Amino acid sequence: MLQKNEDNERQRSFSRRALLLGGAQSLLLAGLAGRMYYLQVVEADRYKTLAEDNRINLRLLPPPRGRILDRFGLPLATNRQNFRVVMVREHAGDVERVLNALAQLIELDEHDYKRVLREMSRKRSFVPVTVRENLTWDEVSRVEVNGPELPGVSIEMGQIRDYPFADSMAHVLGYVAAVAERDLTGDPLLELPGFRVGKNGIEQKYDLALRGSAGTSQIEVNAYGRVIRELHREEGKPGDELVLTLDGGLQTFVHQRLMGEKSASAVVMDVENGDVLALASVPSYDPNLFNTGLTVKQWNDLVNDPLHPLSNKAIAGLYAPGSTFKMMVALAALKAGIRPDHRVFCPGYMTLGRSRFHCWKRHGHGWVDMHHGLQHSCDVYFYEISRKVGIDNIAAMARQFGLGEEVGIDLNGERGGVIPTRDWKLANIGEPWQGGETLVASIGQGFVLTTPLQLAAMVARIASGRQVIPRLTRGVRADGELPAAENVPPPQFAPLDLPAEHLRIVREGMDAVSNDPRGTAYRARIKEEGFELAGKTGTSQVRRITMAERAAGVTKNEQLPWRRRDHALFVAFAPVHKPRYACAVVVEHGGGGSTVAAPIARDILLETQHRDPSGRRSLPIVATSQIAERA
Amino acid sequence: MAVDSFLSARNPEMSLRQKIWQLNWGMMLLLSLVAGVGFAMLYSAANGSFEPWASAQMMRFGLGLGMMIVAALIDIRFWFRYAYLIYFTCLVLLGAVEVMGDIGMGAQRWIDFGVVRLQPSEMMKVALILALARYFHGLSSEEVRRPLLLLLPTFMALTPAALVMKQPDLGTAGMLLLGSGAVFFCAGVRWWKFALLLAAGLASGPIAWQFLHDYQKDRVLTFLNPENDPLGAGYHTLQAMIGFGSGALTGKGFMQGTQSQLNFLPEKQTDFIFTMLAEEFGLVGSLTLLSLYFLLLCYGFAIAFRARNQFARLLALGLTTNLFLYVFLNMAMVMGMFPVVGIPLPLVSYGGTVLLTVMGSMGLVMSCYIHRDMRISRRGTAEA
Repeated sequence: MLQKNEDNERQRSFSRRALLLGGAQSLLLAGLAGRMYYLQVVEADRYKTLAEDNRINLRLLPPPRGRILDRFGLPLATNRQNFRVVMVREHAGDVERVLNALAQLIELDEHDYKRVLREMSRKRSFVPVTVRENLTWDEVSRVEVNGPELPGVSIEMGQIRDYPFADSMAHVLGYVAAVAERDLTGDPLLELPGFRVGKNGIEQKYDLALRGSAGTSQIEVNAYGRVIRELHREEGKPGDELVLTLDGGLQTFVHQRLMGEKSASAVVMDVENGDVLALASVPSYDPNLFNTGLTVKQWNDLVNDPLHPLSNKAIAGLYAPGSTFKMMVALAALKAGIRPDHRVFCPGYMTLGRSRFHCWKRHGHGWVDMHHGLQHSCDVYFYEISRKVGIDNIAAMARQFGLGEEVGIDLNGERGGVIPTRDWKLANIGEPWQGGETLVASIGQGFVLTTPLQLAAMVARIASGRQVIPRLTRGVRADGELPAAENVPPPQFAPLDLPAEHLRIVREGMDAVSNDPRGTAYRARIKEEGFELAGKTGTSQVRRITMAERAAGVTKNEQLPWRRRDHALFVAFAPVHKPRYACAVVVEHGGGGSTVAAPIARDILLETQHRDPSGRRSLPIVATSQIAERA
Repeated sequence: MAVDSFLSARNPEMSLRQKIWQLNWGMMLLLSLVAGVGFAMLYSAANGSFEPWASAQMMRFGLGLGMMIVAALIDIRFWFRYAYLIYFTCLVLLGAVEVMGDIGMGAQRWIDFGVVRLQPSEMMKVALILALARYFHGLSSEEVRRPLLLLLPTFMALTPAALVMKQPDLGTAGMLLLGSGAVFFCAGVRWWKFALLLAAGLASGPIAWQFLHDYQKDRVLTFLNPENDPLGAGYHTLQAMIGFGSGALTGKGFMQGTQSQLNFLPEKQTDFIFTMLAEEFGLVGSLTLLSLYFLLLCYGFAIAFRARNQFARLLALGLTTNLFLYVFLNMAMVMGMFPVVGIPLPLVSYGGTVLLTVMGSMGLVMSCYIHRDMRISRRGTAEA
C-alpha cells in the first residue's frame, strides 16, 4: 500500500513536470514553425534572389571588332583567326607529362611552361588554361594528329587583330592592346580577360564604334562554378566597319617612298572634299606587335629611339614651314593692296635697323616682282612686302588657310603649331614684337611652326579656293547595297573669302616654281603631260648661321651632322590647271627642299594621279556623324 | 528468487499475440511516413536515383522496422534488468573509439567491427536514458531529494558526455546532457538544483571555450554572424538559409531545388537534408514534416503519461525528448538559429546508426506502451 501511494505521488510529480517539459518542447517547435514562416514567406523574395544569383552566371560574349577599310573596301585592320592550345587539368591527369609531350610538338619556352603550371595550380580543375597562342597551321595539325597522347589538350579558336599593312598604316590606324586600369569605364567587356582596346590612331578614336556591343549568355553553374547548361543566349552586335578616306595602295606607296629617308612625313589629300588619301610618317613600327604584348626591351627601344617611331610626324611634328609660308605672305600683301607687279630690288640682303637679313641667294636676285618672288623664292622680296603688310595681317591670312591650329583630324595627338602675332608674343613671351621678327616670319622661320597636315590643307585651299578641312574617316560601311541617294556625298566646302584673282597669281607663281626652267623645283617637275604639278620648296633652318660662318661661306648641309641639317619641305598640288590633289612632304634634316623633298612629292603626286582615287567609285557608307551616335 | 517470478505477481504474462495486437500501429505509420519523406529526399539528392543513398536507406529502414518490433515485443523487465549492462557496454565502446576509432569527418566517431560500422555515441543516447530510468525508478520521491543519491546518475551522464566531447562531437555531448536533464527533471529533482547546474554551466562557459577546437569556435562565431565570412565557415549556414528561404510557400518542385541540385548546399543528404525538403516543397513541405514529428512526440508523451511504472515513464519520456532534441537541434541548425553541430534529422538524414538507434529507441517506447500496466518493484529485487 505504501509502495502504491509512493508511486502515485511519483506519478503526479512526473505528470506535472512532463507536462511542463512537453509544453516547453511544443513552444520550441512552434518557434521552429515561426522561423520557417519568416524564412519562407517574409524573407522568401530576398532568398529567391540570392539563390538565382548563386545559380546564374552571366557570361559576356565578346563581339568581333569592326574592320577598318580603305576608301575602296581594302581591309586595313581585320581580325585573324588565332589558334591557341588550351589544357584542362582534370582531363590531363599528369599535367607535367602532357606538357612535356606538347613541348615536343610545338615551341614552348621556359616562361610559358612555368606560367601554365602556376595557372593550373591556381585555377579550378575544369577551367581551361591557355598554353600558347598564335599557333601556326603546322603546329595546329601536329597537335590535332597527336590528340590521343595529349589528354585534356585542345585547340581553341579566337580572334586577334591583324594589320596586313603593318608599318605603313601604323600611325593612322594605331593599335589595340590589353586594357589598362585607367581604361576601365564600367563597360563589363573591358574586364574580360584578353580583351583589347584601341590605344592609338583610328583604333583609339573610334574604339567604341569598332568595339560593338557584347552578347550575353546566361549559364547555370553549380557551387563549384562548373557550367551545367546555357539558359539563354543573346548574340552581341559586331563592331561597325569603318571606312577611311585613305587609299591603301597609295598609302603603301607613300610609305615606301619615304622609307628612303631617316625621318620624314607626307600627306596627300583631295583638294575638293578634304579626303586624306595618304598620311605617312617614317620611321614606323609594326602595330601587330602590340597585340601579343611587347617585351620591355621592345617597348624601350621604341620609346628611346631618337627618330621617334611612335610619333606621327604628319600631325604631331612641328616644323618651321620655311619658304612654303611665302604664299601666305603674298596673299596677305595682295589683300593689303600691294600690286603683283610691284618690284623689289634684291641685292642679296636687306638691312633693317642695325641688322642685316640675308637672301638665300648670296648675290641677290636683282629686280623681283611677286611672280618671280615665288618662283625664285626670293627672301628679300618677302622681307620687303612683309614689312609693309605687318605680321598681324600675315597671321590672319595664315589662319584663314588653317595654319597654326589643329585641323581636327580624327587622330589623337594632333598639334596646333604657332602663327605669331604681336599679341601672341606679348602674351607668350612677354616682350613686344620686333620689326625684324616680321621679316624672319615672312620666310617661315622664327616663331612660325606648322604640321605637314596643315601645310597640305593650306595647299589644298590655295588649289581649290575653298575652306577645305582634311578628313580621315568617311563613315561606317553600309550593310549591303544602299540606294544611291542614301550614299553620303563628300562634303562641300565654302569658298575662301578672297578674290579668285589673288589665288590665281599665287598658283601661277607655284606653277613657275616647278615648270619654269628657272624655278627652284624645275628639276623635280612632272614631265608627263597633263599631270604637271605646281609646288613650293621650303628649307627651314634648325640652327642660326653666324656672321663668321657667313663670311667663310655657309657650310653645306652634307658636311653638317644630321641633327643640325635643315628640314626639307615641299608642298604641291596637281594637275596644275585643274587641281585635284594636294601634297606636303617634310624630310627632317633632309637638306634642301628642292633637292630632297620635291622629288618625293613629285613621285607621290604622279602616283596619285595615276591611281586617281578621287575619280574612282568608292565604297558606300553611312555618314560619320552616325558613328558618334552609335558610340 | 528470480526477478521474473517476483514481478509476475500482479503482472500476468502476455502472450505474443496479445503483444502484437498491442503494437502501436499509428506510431509505426508516422515513422514510415517520415522515413518515406527521407527516401524521397535522398532520391532527389542523388539527382533522381536510388543509388547511392535511397536504396541503402530503405534497406536499413526495413532492418530498423524489424529491430523496432523486436525491441517493442521484448518484455520491459528485460530492458530493466539489462539497462546497466547495456550502458556499460556502450561506455566501453565509446572508450574504444578513443583507441581504435576511424577518423570520420575530422572526428573520431566510428568503430569498425568489420561487418558494421557503429557510432557508439549514438547508441549511448539510448543506453544512458535506459540506465538513468532504471536508477530513478529505484528512488522514492524522498530519495530523489537527497543530493548524495544524485551524484551517481550525474556521474553516469557526465562520463559519456565527456568522452563524446573529446571526440570531439559537441552536438552529441549536448544531446546526452539535455536528454539526461529531462530524465532528472521528470524524476523529480528539485528546481534549484537545475538552477545551480545552469549557473555552474554558464560560469564554466569561458573556461570550456578554451578547450574548444578552432573549427568549433568558428562555428559558434559564424552562427552569431553568418554573413561575416560567406566563403568560409559561414558559407554552409548562409547557403542553407538561401536554400530554405528560396523555397517560399510551395517550393521549387521535387528535384528542382537549385541550391541542392547544384551543390550549393553542404551535406545535403545528411545534416542539411531538411533544407533540401524546404527548398523543393516550400513552407508546405517543411510544416508537414514538422507536424509529423510533432505527432510522433505527442505519441511518446502520451505513452509516458499512460505508463504505470516509473521506469517506463522515464524511459518513454527520455527517449521522446531525445527525438525532440534531434529534430529541434537539426532544424534550428539548418535555419541558422543554432551553430552547425552535426546533428542529423532522424529517419530522414542518410546514415545507418542514427536510423537504427532512433528506430530502436522508438521500439523501446512502444515496449513501454505494450507493457504499460506492468508494475516493477522499486529496486527490482524481491520484496515482500
